[in-house]
Amino acid sequence: MKQKYLPLTATILIFVLSYALCVGQYPNMLSTRVIGNLLTDNAFLGIAAVGMTFVILSGGIDLSVGAVIAFAGVFLAVVLEQGGVHPLVAFAMVLAITTAFGALMGAIIHYLEMPAFIVTLAGMFLARGMAFVLSIDSIPIKHPFYATLKGLYYKLPGGGRITLIGGVMLLVFAFGILVAHRTRFGTNVYALGGGTATAKLMGVPVASTTVGIYALSGLLAGLAGIVFSLYTSAGYSLAAVGVELDAITAVVIGGTLLTGGSGFVAGTLVGILIQGLIQTYITFDGTLSSWWTKILIGLLLFAFILLQKGIIRISRGDRQHV
Amino acid sequence: MTATVKTYLGRLLPQLIVLAAIVFAISMVFPGFLNLQIQNGRLYGSLIDILNRGAPVVLLAIGMTVVIATKGIDLSVGAVMAICGAVAASLITSGHSLLETLFATLAVGILCGIWNGFLVAVLDIQPIIATLVLMVAGRGIAQLITEGAILTFNDAGLIFVGSGSFGWLPMPVVIWLVFGVLVALLVRQTALGMLIEAIGVNRQASTLSGVLTPVLLVAAYVLSGLCAAIAGIIAAADIKGADANNAGLWLELDAILAVVVGGTSLLGGRFSIAASVLGAIIIQAINTGILLSGFPPEFNLIIKAAIIVFILVLQSPRFRSAFTFLQIPRAAGKPTEREAK
Repeated sequence: MKQKYLPLTATILIFVLSYALCVGQYPNMLSTRVIGNLLTDNAFLGIAAVGMTFVILSGGIDLSVGAVIAFAGVFLAVVLEQGGVHPLVAFAMVLAITTAFGALMGAIIHYLEMPAFIVTLAGMFLARGMAFVLSIDSIPIKHPFYATLKGLYYKLPGGGRITLIGGVMLLVFAFGILVAHRTRFGTNVYALGGGTATAKLMGVPVASTTVGIYALSGLLAGLAGIVFSLYTSAGYSLAAVGVELDAITAVVIGGTLLTGGSGFVAGTLVGILIQGLIQTYITFDGTLSSWWTKILIGLLLFAFILLQKGIIRISRGDRQHV
Repeated sequence: MTATVKTYLGRLLPQLIVLAAIVFAISMVFPGFLNLQIQNGRLYGSLIDILNRGAPVVLLAIGMTVVIATKGIDLSVGAVMAICGAVAASLITSGHSLLETLFATLAVGILCGIWNGFLVAVLDIQPIIATLVLMVAGRGIAQLITEGAILTFNDAGLIFVGSGSFGWLPMPVVIWLVFGVLVALLVRQTALGMLIEAIGVNRQASTLSGVLTPVLLVAAYVLSGLCAAIAGIIAAADIKGADANNAGLWLELDAILAVVVGGTSLLGGRFSIAASVLGAIIIQAINTGILLSGFPPEFNLIIKAAIIVFILVLQSPRFRSAFTFLQIPRAAGKPTEREAK
């Protein structure tokens, strides 16, 4: 088997094994309902994590994701409840704003040669600040169209439901996999992650790719915001705090190297599912406190980093022998 | 000696100008801003308040500067603050003496630093992920210690650390002043500072030329953990309780920002602890200034973001090279001096 598939395989194996362990203890967990809920509950996180995967593949980082989700939610709530705009128009507005916001951050990172970490940190303050300016209250969204959207689902055998937002997440992952492996943009992202100087020498358009990556992350964060507002039926400027860290964790657990250049979008989906599974298990158990989630995810993160280190060391050793 | 003072002031000049401009701007909007008075043998006033409120970020920034100088980053300091606050509160409420509590808490901070340093120096993991582990898990550990509740305490000694005063100054200010001076002396009066910069510039080259890279790397993260422990004690003593969820939340970002505003590059190498402390005070001055000047608090984050972007754009290499022809000779001399190093 090719070395580059090792982290992904390990992630999938761990997911299957831990799911089997969970089922062994609580047979009820083996139902399409649990799987449906897993997808629905983590839909916004998954969509944001796809954007994060591209950013990390290129060797960057985007800390603004959670704040952008909150901004999108508040913006939707204000526009729908006070502006009387149709939700579809509002969705388009949100996506346009967040994409432009991401593109602006990408442009600053590239043209002013500033570290992505700091630029997106400022972006995080800015987006959260804009959400505060729009409203500091939690605004419920009562538009009838929202109820219609929430009522849409695809029924699985066994009573499980893939809701609209769960389905959207799966579509976004399919789209992400396609972009990463079947388009020139995707190849450029991988090249950029391998090293900016090398990429430039190979003729990769570094400027447009960098702007494109952060614009894509902004777009997907906006979409995640829409999904989040559908999920909670409200807009609140303090919502989705720390989602960027969950997304980064999912990407790393999914087998993508934080140094960039190596990883898979599909791995991120499994990373999301593992995080969701830990939460579901703790809910099923009932006696464990919720803070175990954080500790377990931290341990898992550590285990994966070690695994990746080991793989890199082995592959280096191989090269030396050759 | 005068030459040293001059280069030192030259290094701190941009931060001092920004701070002066911010203080001036606030005092225009809020006339009583510069007033200082002595009550009950202690200084009171908005300026002192800035120094006092900024204590946790200043402390974190001191440790963060050294870590960033090694080309690292420590994302876990906020979580370590929460852990140490929880440890201090649970020890003091279970009847341990103040000294025992303080030493145990500092030891926990040092342990967290050793863990981070071990991951970075021995396992050779990228610092941003290595410290992400403790950042994610740390808050869980803190909650495990406090058992999910906010642990309150009323031990006069521990509370004194957060709200007492020594001489004319509030205790937190005294602590960060003394600690900052100690660390600055330690790295600048010995070769340690230079060796740390060497690691930041090129870790492999430093190792090859005989620098004990792993030891120094671990030491840098230990210092950061120690700073976080002190900041955690101050934060807990300030509210007379340990809040595992909110203590030190997002302060790692403020600390990193303070270091960057202080002009230390995230790419490692040359660093200045004094400049980072100034950076932290600039951030706190912005926060306090926005509150005092009566802007609606909703605008806080936007104004903060705008000021930070402005400072960072001024520092960006591309911007500097585009405007070199506008620079006055003295300022133009600075980059060359930097290149010479």
